[in-house]
Amino acid sequence: MSVSDLSARETIHPASAPGESLNLEIVGDGAFTTADMTLSVGPAHPATHGVLRVVLEMDGERVKTAYPVIGYMHRGFEKLAEHRDFRQNLALVNRHDWLSGMTNEIGLALTVERMLEMEVPERAQWIRMICAEWNRILNHLLFIGSYGLELGAITPMFYATRERERIQYLLEAASGGRLHYTYNQPGGVKIDLPKGFLHQSVELVADVKKRLQDFDDLLLGNEIFQARTKGVGPLSTDVALSYGVSGPTLQATGIPEDVRVSEPYLKYDQVEVPVPVGENGDSFDRFYCLLARMKASCHIIEQCHDMIPAGPVNVKLPKMVKAPEGATYVRVENPLGSLGYWLESDGGRTPWRLKMRTASFSNVQVLPYLLEGTLVPDAISVLGSVFFVVGDVDR
Amino acid sequence: MSETLTTVSAGLLAQTAGLLDTDTFLLSVALKVALVLGLFFVVPLVVGYMEHKAMARLQHRRGPMFAGPAGSLQLVADGIKFLQKEDVIPRAADRWVFAIAPGMALVPAMLIFFVLPLAPGLWAQDLELGLFYALAITSISVLGVMMGGWASANKFSLIGGLRAAAQLIAYELPLILAAIAVAVQAGSLSLVSIVESQATFTIAGTNVNLWFVFPQILGFGIFFVAALAELSRPPFDMPIADSELVFGYMTEYTGMKFAMYLLTEYAGMVSMSALMVVLYLGGWQILPGVPLPGCEGAGGLFDCGALGTLIGLGVTLGKILLLTFVMVWLRVAYPRLREDQLQRMSWLVLVPLSLVNLAVVTVAKVVF
Repeated sequence: MSVSDLSARETIHPASAPGESLNLEIVGDGAFTTADMTLSVGPAHPATHGVLRVVLEMDGERVKTAYPVIGYMHRGFEKLAEHRDFRQNLALVNRHDWLSGMTNEIGLALTVERMLEMEVPERAQWIRMICAEWNRILNHLLFIGSYGLELGAITPMFYATRERERIQYLLEAASGGRLHYTYNQPGGVKIDLPKGFLHQSVELVADVKKRLQDFDDLLLGNEIFQARTKGVGPLSTDVALSYGVSGPTLQATGIPEDVRVSEPYLKYDQVEVPVPVGENGDSFDRFYCLLARMKASCHIIEQCHDMIPAGPVNVKLPKMVKAPEGATYVRVENPLGSLGYWLESDGGRTPWRLKMRTASFSNVQVLPYLLEGTLVPDAISVLGSVFFVVGDVDR
Repeated sequence: MSETLTTVSAGLLAQTAGLLDTDTFLLSVALKVALVLGLFFVVPLVVGYMEHKAMARLQHRRGPMFAGPAGSLQLVADGIKFLQKEDVIPRAADRWVFAIAPGMALVPAMLIFFVLPLAPGLWAQDLELGLFYALAITSISVLGVMMGGWASANKFSLIGGLRAAAQLIAYELPLILAAIAVAVQAGSLSLVSIVESQATFTIAGTNVNLWFVFPQILGFGIFFVAALAELSRPPFDMPIADSELVFGYMTEYTGMKFAMYLLTEYAGMVSMSALMVVLYLGGWQILPGVPLPGCEGAGGLFDCGALGTLIGLGVTLGKILLLTFVMVWLRVAYPRLREDQLQRMSWLVLVPLSLVNLAVVTVAKVVF
């Protein structure tokens, strides 16, 4: 049978998969024409860090258009928050971005404290800073490990897990939780640090600083890693700003924007906060910024160790915290970028409205722009280096 | 007429019986098959266990611990688990192609063991065209991969299968060109003769014990990289690429079919390493110029008693494990390349280099 014998529009195998077709068709007189293929990456795909789904329209292995389909795990956090009092809400907000519980709690606690015009004890603020920075390292370690996995390097994940385990023990000693801490509360932290915490923290920070070198050796300095990331998914400053990208993804484009520096909260104005920046905004720079931010966090923790005073760690709260009528907006530096809480209160015991501005949501928006025209392996490289947690997108 | 025929056939039978003693013939065939099957099923398991443990060590963890002494039965336990799994075939799959694809990949990986010389006198068949046969057989495995990728009716599998095909085309060439250079230097395609010639190589009339890795270190490097790519081992595992293509051509495979693909990979590691040992690393020689104990003849390598054969086998297996360890090490140390980078490396670097290597070896062969 020659090619021309085929009927005018005959579908060849394997196009008959249920649901979507493979679009492998012989069109017209049977000449070798190609058709685009729709590839659905996710929601169970290993590269999507949760249940994000990205629909890729592809010509061979090249991505023509990309469309992130969000909303699979939408749990209505903002609505739920309207039915919980402020302390219960703290347990809620450390769940929308499950890798940055501590920073999220601090964000909401600061918001409530500003509404109440509450003075927080010095020691509590320093404790919050230490815990927030440890949480930042915890978060970044996971991203660094899984970014290696996305590029096919398996070892960084194990190295990352090794450090994460010790940091989680440390934070567990303070808060009782490994992932969902619920350690902060309006007016300070729940209890003082346990005995020996600071001593362990000092030891651990020295170890982590030493071990960060492993990631430099395994990834940053690796030729294949550089070939896979340099020049891949470059993001210009203008585009990044217009999409509202923040955190390490923005810093990689060359802007030293960091809420800890630009609008210091807690005691960040009393310590030195190094802000790393990249040059080209490509995957390599984003990864570099993430690594450098971990080193910066180590530096901040070391300063906190020296400066933390003795004293009370919280103020006595009434049984029911009621925020006065009004509204406020507080920004904090979440590990993945700028996190904002807009709290509007009608004077009751629950927020009248709690609106979150999350880093991940804005970071995901820029994906279609970045993915267009890349190859599939590069698309994965970009997907892993534009840092987001899906729960933070679908909150 | 019929009488003549009977006489002729009786004569032929007698002749055949004279040439081949039927009993010994059958026994030797049975022994050879047993040897090949034993090698095929045991050595890959050892390699798999080594991969578990070596990777664990390199990654600061313990690896399998509970199944058997130090987790040594983990792969056996995995095999039993694979047997119990449901054999799923996607509804839209091309059922026949889907079903035979893993076998298509597995059988060639086994057939190559028939020509591998492991120790003095220990090989199933010394083919005159042994090297040619080995290289031809290894390239069939990729057909099984492609068939699996195509028949799965899954887009990720399809991309994986096509990547495998592209990878095969790109890396078969440098692999063969590098191997040809060895054949030229040895003056033979027989794998046994190639080992022999590494002990009896003569330069300007002097007998030197020259492993071909020394004059052909370039060719060895090319062969190693190309073999890695052909096996789709990291950092060249694009046809599988778990983070991009979920699991590439293996995505839809479950149970025993999946296990067959896995076994193909490990058997491929063994056979490619064995080829490298034979072609470049002097086969069962302990060190260049060091004869095996209990052996006489050409460089103390070919006329051996049982002890010498056993030691020779141990040396070969040791070298194979060493090479597979390097493959495991690379997997731990490197991320995955991109498909186009892989193609570029083959066509722009490895192919020209292997041509240069071949030219240099040929000229040297003529001069000396």
